[in-house]
Amino acid sequence: MTTTAHTEEKILFTQGNIACAEGALYAGCNFFGGYPITPSTEVAEHMAEELPRRNGAFIQMEDEIASLGAVIGAALAGAKAMTATSGPGFSLMQELIGYACIAEVPCVIVNVMRGGPSTGLPTSPAQSDLLQAKWGTHGDHPTIALVPSSVEEMFTETVRAFNLSEYFRTPVIVLGDEIIGHMREKFRVPRSGEIEVIDRKVPDGDGICRLPYRADGKHPACLPNFGTSRFHVTGLNHDESGFPTMDPSIVQDSNARILDKVYHQRELIDKVDMRYCEDAEILFVSVGSAARAAEEVVEEYRRKGVKAGLFRPITLWPFPKKEFIPCAERAKTIVVPEMNLGQLRTVVERFARSEKILPVNLVSGEPLDPDFIVATIEKSKR
Amino acid sequence: MFDYSAYLRNEKLPHIWCPGCGHGIILKSLIRAIAKTGWDKDDIVLVSGIGCASRLPGYVDCNTLHTAHGRALAFATGVKLAKPKFHVIVVSGDGDALAIGGNHFIHACRRNIDISLIIFNNGIYGMTGGQYSPTTPQGDKAATAPHGHIEPDFDVAALAKGAGATFVARGTSYHVPQLDDYIYQAFMHKGFSVVEVVEACYTTHGRKQKTKYKSNLDMMKWQKDRAVPLAKSREMKPEELAGKFVTGILHEVERPEYADRYAGLVTSLKGGDK
Ligand SMILES: Cc1ncc(C[n+]2csc(CCOP(=O)(O)OP(=O)(O)O)c2C)c(N)n1
Repeated sequence: MTTTAHTEEKILFTQGNIACAEGALYAGCNFFGGYPITPSTEVAEHMAEELPRRNGAFIQMEDEIASLGAVIGAALAGAKAMTATSGPGFSLMQELIGYACIAEVPCVIVNVMRGGPSTGLPTSPAQSDLLQAKWGTHGDHPTIALVPSSVEEMFTETVRAFNLSEYFRTPVIVLGDEIIGHMREKFRVPRSGEIEVIDRKVPDGDGICRLPYRADGKHPACLPNFGTSRFHVTGLNHDESGFPTMDPSIVQDSNARILDKVYHQRELIDKVDMRYCEDAEILFVSVGSAARAAEEVVEEYRRKGVKAGLFRPITLWPFPKKEFIPCAERAKTIVVPEMNLGQLRTVVERFARSEKILPVNLVSGEPLDPDFIVATIEKSKR
Repeated sequence: MFDYSAYLRNEKLPHIWCPGCGHGIILKSLIRAIAKTGWDKDDIVLVSGIGCASRLPGYVDCNTLHTAHGRALAFATGVKLAKPKFHVIVVSGDGDALAIGGNHFIHACRRNIDISLIIFNNGIYGMTGGQYSPTTPQGDKAATAPHGHIEPDFDVAALAKGAGATFVARGTSYHVPQLDDYIYQAFMHKGFSVVEVVEACYTTHGRKQKTKYKSNLDMMKWQKDRAVPLAKSREMKPEELAGKFVTGILHEVERPEYADRYAGLVTSLKGGDK
């Protein structure tokens, strides 16, 4: 199964969820398994429309666990595979996210976030899963999560998610939110080749590989796709041959390796949008749609001569601490606007004294707007 | 003598199963059926969930995928749809296939995707130490039913047929030549095929039934005495069949297969609108 990924340059005026699906297709996604859930469903609907036209496979599974299971199975058979969901469905996927981590299966999981816990506010925006994306599945595992804040970034970050997942052989999470998913903006879809598309490395030569989980140093393992080598894939701890082992030193090393392969190559993953951070005394740290409001406040402050800056991690996990620490040290105040009750703040607190930090939290189901941020700042001064 | 070593990862033996377990009997039957198909080992993908039965793929020399508890059919569906040329076989315990994996089971039946599911029905959760499963006989003792099991069990074959599977067979670990044939026929069938294998776990289940079984042999005898071949069952009255189970190829029909339908959809869109 191959997809025709020849894309002409085109200008689209569309919503983030469609941009996300277009980004997946640009990256060569040829398998989608999903289950409908607001506010992510348009991703699945667009893939259902497009994939069969491009020789790719679309399937609506019976639930989100099955969706991610099918995605992982397809990826092992050689497909570039993706699923898309929202809060409750993301909760259901957690066990298999861990499976993809330990079995080192590339796949992309899009979570267009909504309120929670439980059914929460299905049609309203929130940024409720920033921490679930990192800690949702049990056990130590690497996490790569990208947070777009515009329709165009839903496209580009989905392409990047595929690239990172293929390169590192690990699941990559795209955290959209209801605003970014449903908002319409104009953006230019690049021609094929304009953005690099990375495909997983498979063993060279005749493709026969007896040690699919052998990885030298920081490099990811290099599994063949099913059909050659007749190897074994398991969610049990395994040795380089892929077979289960309880040998303490192998277990210790392989558990560490799947983290190290990601965290030792941060330069390939880190991505931050920094505005006026060089001299910012009041630093805003924000992601996704909340960062759009923060950006407006920063511009307004700058016009008034206030030294404000924006630190917007586009790669949220791993958190870009190298870039963040100097900005945090310079700033007198760090404002953290987010549509939850302090998830991003828990990260900021690791790098900055808590007296400096001013949380701005909105969980009412309304979009976080610049006035709310300014009002919260003003109130804190009183 | 049949040469099993050509299909086994011999260096992975001995297996983890206890003496008296039926899983090894089914493994050999499965290997004989695979050999009869003549399939290239590179084209076979053997998928399982979690449980004692699910450790089987580790011993077989083909593409093998040991997934999460209950999810084997979901993974297998992805493999098959992504690469329809693969022969996809799923092995699953009764808990794996029917409790935690029950939803995937009925939907795989409904889709009629070309996968063969072999259910190792020992009527108990073996791996976790003998807790009751959806097929534990009522009245039996189990680790989580120390006072006797009060729930009714599933008729697995009826469930599969009702959900839309196009091939359903039931065999036992006692009637081995028949089992070889059911598994082989399931492999040859185009569409979703289910083979329920009634077998036993003496270690975690048999031992708890103080009077019913004195050894794993009694559990084999139980299978022998209860199994009624399909043809014979047709001559029996319902009251004669009480407490027994019918074996054989119980259901076989043709219906369009899922991956074929999908391929048809792709073809119909080629050069079409856009
Ligand atoms: C999500 C999840 N829940 C529970 C378990 C624990 N568990 C492992 S195997 C098993 C049941 C095994 O029974 P069965 O599927 O009938 O197979 P058998 O061991 O009898 O062959 C359970 C409950 C698990 N591994 N994962």
